[in-house]
Amino acid sequence: MKRSTIDLWVGVFVAIGIACIVFLSLKVANLTPQNANSTYVLTADFDNIGGLKIKAPVKSSGVVVGRVTNIELDTQRYVAHVTLALDKRYQFSRDTSAEILTSGLLGEQYLGLTEGGDPDSLKSGDRIAITSSALVLEQLISKFMLNFAEKGDSHGGKNASAAQ
Amino acid sequence: MPEFLISPLRRLGHASINAIWRLGFISRFLVAILMYSGQSLLRFSLVIREVYFAGVLSLIIIIVSGLFVGMVLGLQGYNTLSRFGSSDALGALVALSLLRELGPVLAALLFASRSGSAMTAEIGLMKATEQLDAMSVMAVNPIARVVAPRFWAGVISMPVLAALFNVMGIFGGYLIGVVMIGLDQGTYWSQMNNAVDLHYDVVNGLIKSLVFGIAVTLIAVFEGYDATPTAAGVSSATTRTVVTSALVILALDFVLTAFMF
Repeated sequence: MKRSTIDLWVGVFVAIGIACIVFLSLKVANLTPQNANSTYVLTADFDNIGGLKIKAPVKSSGVVVGRVTNIELDTQRYVAHVTLALDKRYQFSRDTSAEILTSGLLGEQYLGLTEGGDPDSLKSGDRIAITSSALVLEQLISKFMLNFAEKGDSHGGKNASAAQ
Repeated sequence: MPEFLISPLRRLGHASINAIWRLGFISRFLVAILMYSGQSLLRFSLVIREVYFAGVLSLIIIIVSGLFVGMVLGLQGYNTLSRFGSSDALGALVALSLLRELGPVLAALLFASRSGSAMTAEIGLMKATEQLDAMSVMAVNPIARVVAPRFWAGVISMPVLAALFNVMGIFGGYLIGVVMIGLDQGTYWSQMNNAVDLHYDVVNGLIKSLVFGIAVTLIAVFEGYDATPTAAGVSSATTRTVVTSALVILALDFVLTAFMF
């Protein structure tokens, strides 16, 4: 086979390889060129973060506006200290509330931000004051069972067997 | 000591010494390849020629196998995931299985059986027909002229083939999941985007395929160079290439996975 033909085919081969790697990086791994300059940092404290993980999305009205960058336990007050990096394009008012939500019934957990009414917006390094913890299924069920049992008792033990 | 005890022990000792000797030889062979590869990289057309034979001619088998592996993942993954009501996660399942394990490993196994065996047979036959000796007589170093270009061609081709395998597999999963079963197209890609991390999954997969490329090609050229210069010797060397490569790929995959993920 002629040398120029071989060169051409090898060129095609390497081009396919580069195209595949680019496809895997951009389309599959969703590499968004996001440097530190385009984000700002907020913190929020939660009593219980449930299954929230680092890199979990931060959403507002369902739109991804940032990522969770760090989670640690504050040993002074024993609350979870969550650090978020938000896109600079999105500014939130000072009385924004943060809550930990679950996408779908068994999906991943994310952090939801709900805009408040304050005209001033949060600056980098600020703390989101209003937070609500993750819904822990076990606590929910035990609360429900407790309620149910109490109700049963108030009915003079009539439904006590149902509570069990 | 009685003879019936001595002779199996002697065989065991011989086998151990032989195994260690070959391990030492293959390491020194790698050093020799790296030492002489400067010369062959200067004449890059030699490497390009070998990339054509090792890589370009493997394109068809990689594309077809990748497509079918992706389609099987799509079918099986859908069956299992839909049992838990989470068939939306099909894209993530297909992409992660391919990027982390199946892409590098299967591409390397195919590469070993398609191109590795060809390299061994070619070098072994060159040795059997005394072409390597003829080169030495003409003051051409056979490692620089024959072995090193093939080695580098394998190292270059392997990540490209693995990346292509991944892309074809993801496309195969898309064909089954979205086109045939009718999952939502946006969900397929967005679940994949959320689950796949560039460094953790894509780059680690590429590093894996690079390591497999080095291992498979080194085994292939070594077995060819070390083959007994007869027809039977070349045939058994070719068999050894495929068997050893497969075992080494799977063992290395375990070690790399344990370190990476």
